[in-house]
This record gives sequence, C-alpha cells and structure tokens, in this order.
Amino acid sequence: MQVIKETLTGPIFKNNPIALQILGVCSALAVTSSLKVTLVMCVALTVVTAFSGMFISSIRSHIPSSIRIIVQMVIIASLVIVVDQFLKAYAFGISKQLSVFVGLIITNCIVMGRAEAFAMKNPPMASFVDGIGNGIGYSVVLISVAFVREVFGSGKLMGVEVLPLVTDGGWYVPNGLLLLPPSAFFLIGGFIWVLRSVRKDQVEANEFKLANHSAVREGT
Amino acid sequence: MEALLSLFVRAIFIENMALAFFLGMCTFLAISKKVQAAIGLGIAVTVVLTITVPVNNLIYHYLLADGALAWAGLPDMDLSFLGLLSYIGVIAAIVQIMEMFLDKFMPALYNALGVFLPLITVNCAILGAALFMVERDYGFAESVVFGLGSGLGWALAVIALAGIREKLKYSDVPDGLQGLGITFITAGLMAMGFMAFGGIDI
Repeated sequence: MQVIKETLTGPIFKNNPIALQILGVCSALAVTSSLKVTLVMCVALTVVTAFSGMFISSIRSHIPSSIRIIVQMVIIASLVIVVDQFLKAYAFGISKQLSVFVGLIITNCIVMGRAEAFAMKNPPMASFVDGIGNGIGYSVVLISVAFVREVFGSGKLMGVEVLPLVTDGGWYVPNGLLLLPPSAFFLIGGFIWVLRSVRKDQVEANEFKLANHSAVREGT
Repeated sequence: MEALLSLFVRAIFIENMALAFFLGMCTFLAISKKVQAAIGLGIAVTVVLTITVPVNNLIYHYLLADGALAWAGLPDMDLSFLGLLSYIGVIAAIVQIMEMFLDKFMPALYNALGVFLPLITVNCAILGAALFMVERDYGFAESVVFGLGSGLGWALAVIALAGIREKLKYSDVPDGLQGLGITFITAGLMAMGFMAFGGIDI
C-alpha cells in the first residue's frame, strides 16, 4: 500500500516530469492559453500514460528487446487514436482547438519515458498507478500555468468572467502578453524557480562558479 | 512559385516549429548545451523532415484520405483514422533506413550525427509537421517546401539557443533558476524576438 502511494504521489512534486525530468514540455506550452482546453489535454494524457503503462507492462516479458520501441509506439499510437476519435465525437470544438496536439501525445516524452523506464520493469497494476501519478504531475504544472494565463490574460476562468475588463465597463486592463506563446516559457521558468527554492535538492550544480572578487583591496 | 516562397519564409520565421508551436521542445532544451551538437541535431532534423513530410503526404493522399483508395476499386473507404499510426510508423522506418544508408555510404556524416538520428523518431517536430501538413491540406510541392522550411527554422532556433547558453555559463544565475529554469526564460525571450517576424508577407 505504502509503495503504491509513493508511486502515485512521487511524480507530483518530488520527481515532477516537467520541472525535473524535462519530459513532455512541448504540449505543456502550447495548450495552456485556456483552462478548459488544458483540462481536456491533461485528462487525455493521463489516460494514455496509465493505460499504455498497463498494457506494455502486461506483455513486457514477451517483447524482444530489439523491437521494443516499435511495439511501445504501436500500443501508444492505438490508444491515442481511441482518445482522438472519442474527442472528435463528444467534444468537437475542443478537439479543433487542440488541433495537432492530441496526436502529439504519441511523441510526448512522458508516455514513452514511463513506458521505457517503469512499465518494462514493473507489474501492470503498479505501472497503471505510475502512469496516473505522472499524469497528475504533468497536470499540476499545466493547470497552474493555464490558470495564470487565462485569469490575467483575458480576465476569465473556464469562460466565466472573473475580473471585469475595461472594455466591458469593468476595471481590469488585460495583460495581452499572457495570451501570447512566449509567456508560457516565463511562467514555467518561474514555476521551476519556486519549486526549486522550496526543494533545494533539485537545484542543478553550477558548472562554472564565479570566482571571488580578488581585485585591489581597500587601503593597499 | 510566389506562394511556395511565401510558405518557405513563413515556415522558417513566422511559424517557427520550436518557438511558435513549441514542437520538439524536449530535444530543443536537452541538446542545446553546445553549438557543435546543436548543429548536428539541426541538420539531422532538417534532412528527416524534408523526406518524411512529402512521403507522409503521398501516403495520406493515395491511401488514407476519404475516397483515396478509389484506384484500388474502394471509393467509399475512409482510413484517415489510421493516420497517426501510419505517420509514426513511416517516420520510424525512414529514420531507420536513413541510419543504415548513412552508415554504409556516408560514414563521416553518420559519425557526425551519432546518437541524434534514433532520437529524432520521438521528436514531436517531425510528427507535428506531418499532422500540420494534413490539417492544412498541402499538396505535394507545398509539403516538400514546408518540410524543408520548418526543418531549417527548427535548426536555426536550436543553434541560436545553444549559442546563447554557451555564453550564459559565465553569468551569475540565481540558484533555483540554474540550468533548466534560465533556459526556459531564455527560450521565452527568443520566442518574443521571433514574434517580430509576424505579419511579414511575401
């Protein structure tokens, strides 16, 4: 039980896939300009990671290691096709907004990374839980970025007005920068800064330390 | 001709794969510590994109699209839902073939690219370009130009970032931002710079 809990909560802060392992960054940046779209993306990714982990893990002892990447790829791609068709059927508008990014879950490094690093060595149930844990770790970063971008960029949350805009007779002047792509980079950079200030052990060592100032001392 | 030139410029600068659509970010951030490595990776991505986008274009138009199988006597067949699976298969196969071909006939280039070739299969810029090609309904000539242009744009971005990061080693970055954090912020500033190309039309 303890192990399962550890597998589930570990990836959220201690071993966050985006902030620490640099996995799955592409979609993290591109789909975060509105919270609704982000939520759908997070659910889609979590489902694919969890189920691909489970399926790959249950046939792990039958996969020859020379073709394992192809086998993993086929399983992941089939799951993504299911998710994609499901979204097209039940949430067509959001699926249009996500455009190519649903398909890109296939090459999302989180899915491949967990399949390769965890599912190939662990039993199906544990891999399923690990997939959910990593999906949540990914969602935490995405949702916090999307929250900031939507509230301060357009004064809305899930399409409901939170900060009344000046153009509609309110008081809030929206920060247009937050709706533009580069702002996602700054927000994730900031997120990493906060996370690493709290958990000092994640700080990367500086390769080139600045030497102490050794110039002329005062009075000599 | 003009349309193709305009598409080429747009693919390199305005709709830059890395900085406007954030595709191939994982490799973009991981392999940009040294300019030399970034150049190798940039060339590999450009070559693979120039080949895979047109090939996927042919596959889409002659096998998968709605009614594309009419030549085989199956005019009602719509296989477009198999798209994702076929594109990634084609990409993996082409990367593998290219690796064997380079190993046999151009060992110098093969050694220069080294580990980057297999990595490219899981680079989202490659699959992303194939999906954009389908979504925007490009013809064959357009897909060649789009593949080449977006590859060059990606290479340009990764080489520029590597150059900045090499200089960044000498600056005093706050502890929490060291490494990954400052790289994100640098890439953000670069993306803002690239936005200045927006609106250019030939």
